[in-house]
Amino acid sequence: MTLRDFIDKLLGRQPASANVARERLQLVLAHDRSDLNPELLEQMRREILEVVSRYVEIDLEEGDVSLETGDRVTALVANLPIKRARPLVEPGSAAGGVSRSHGLNPGA
Amino acid sequence: MTAPGTRYILICSGKGGVGKTTLTANLGIALARQGVRTAVLDADFGLRNLDLLLGLENRIVFTAQEVLSGSCRLEQALVKHKQEPNLALLPAGNPRMLEWLQPEDMQRIATMLGEQFDVVLIDCPAGIEDGFKNAVAAAQEAIVITTPEVSAVRDADRVIGLLNSHGVKPIQLVLNRVRPKMMANQEMLSVADVTDILALPLLGLVMEDEQVIVSTNRGEPLTLNGAKSPAALAYNNIARRLRGEDVPLMDPAKAGRGLRAKLGRLMTTKIF
Ligand SMILES: Nc1ncnc2c1ncn2[C@@H]1O[C@H](COP(=O)(O)OP(=O)(O)O)[C@@H](O)[C@H]1O
Ligand SMILES: [Mg+2]
Repeated sequence: MTLRDFIDKLLGRQPASANVARERLQLVLAHDRSDLNPELLEQMRREILEVVSRYVEIDLEEGDVSLETGDRVTALVANLPIKRARPLVEPGSAAGGVSRSHGLNPGA
Repeated sequence: MTAPGTRYILICSGKGGVGKTTLTANLGIALARQGVRTAVLDADFGLRNLDLLLGLENRIVFTAQEVLSGSCRLEQALVKHKQEPNLALLPAGNPRMLEWLQPEDMQRIATMLGEQFDVVLIDCPAGIEDGFKNAVAAAQEAIVITTPEVSAVRDADRVIGLLNSHGVKPIQLVLNRVRPKMMANQEMLSVADVTDILALPLLGLVMEDEQVIVSTNRGEPLTLNGAKSPAALAYNNIARRLRGEDVPLMDPAKAGRGLRAKLGRLMTTKIF
C-alpha cells in the first residue's frame, strides 16, 4: 500500500479510479490472454495451496495466487507467506507426507 | 503479396467510436501535405464515413465494388482531394458487398493502389469478425488506436493478439481523447498504464479536442489548413513519426496539473 492509498483509506476516500481501472484491466486481460476460465483458475489455486501446505504452514489469509501480465506475457505468481516449516516432514519423505494428520489441513 | 516500397497500414481498434476514421482522414491529409502520395481505403463497408470526414461524399461516382467487379478502372473510382492532390480516397461500396467480399479481394485492391501510392491507409471496421479479417489481409503494418478507458484498452488487446497472429508488423499505438487534467488527478489511465498493458510503442497522443468535432462538421480535417489546435498538432506529429522523423512526444503532465497529483507527489516524498 502506498502512502497515498493509506491516506485515502484513512479519510474514507475511494482510491483514484485510474488505479482501480489498471488493476481491473490487468486481471481481465490476464484471463483474456490465457484463456483460463475462473473456475479452472480457482481449482489450480486450491491445488497449489494444498501442495505447498504439505511442506510449510502458510498464511492463507495473506497469501494469494494470481496471474500477472506485463509486456504481453502472463505469469502465474504465488505469494504465500510462510508461518513456519512443518516440523515432522523429513526431506526424503516429503512427498509422502500427505497421509499424516498434519499434512493436508492447513486451516487446522 | 503486395508491391514493394508501398506501406500498407491498417488503422484499427476493436471497439467502435474511438477515433479510427478521424485518424485515417487527418493522417491521410497530413501525409499528403508532407509530400507522400497517399491513398485512404475505406474498409468499413457496413458503416462507411471516411468520405464524409474528408468532405468528399458528393464526388463519389464509383467505389471499390465496381473496381472489384471490373465494371470500372481504379482511376475512375479514386476520388482525388481538390486541395491536397496527393491524397485520394477509394470509397467503400454498398454494405451488401459484405456478403461476398473475401480477404483476397482486399489484397487485390491493395496491390492496385500500391502501383501509384507510397502509403495506403486502411480504415478498419470495428469488431474482430469478417470485416476485420478482410481489412487485415490488405495490411502489412498497423496502428492500433485506443482511448484511456478499460473497455477500449481491453478490445485493443484482443486486436493486437489477432494482428500478431496475422503476422502484421510493426504495430504502433495511438492514444486518443487524452484529458491531461483527469490523468493528473489519476482519474484516467495514464499513458504509461496503457503502453505498459498493451506493450506497444507509442506513435502518438491525441488530446480530447473540440476542434475535432468542428472539423468533422465541415468535412475539413484539422490537418488540412494548418490549424494549431492540440489534436491538429498531434496528427501532424504522428505523420512525421510514421515517416521516421524523431519528434518528441507531448507530456500530458505538462498540459494540465491537478491538485490530487500535486498531493500525490508530496505524499510520496521520502522522509528519511
Ligand atoms: N481527439 C478527439 N477529441 C474529440 N472528439 C474526438 C476525438 N477523436 C474522435 N472524436 C470523436 O469521436 C467520435 C468517433 O470517432 P470516429 O473517428 O468516427 O471513430 P471510429 O471510426 O473508431 O468509429 C466522432 O464523433 C469524433 O468526432
Ligand atoms: Mg469509423
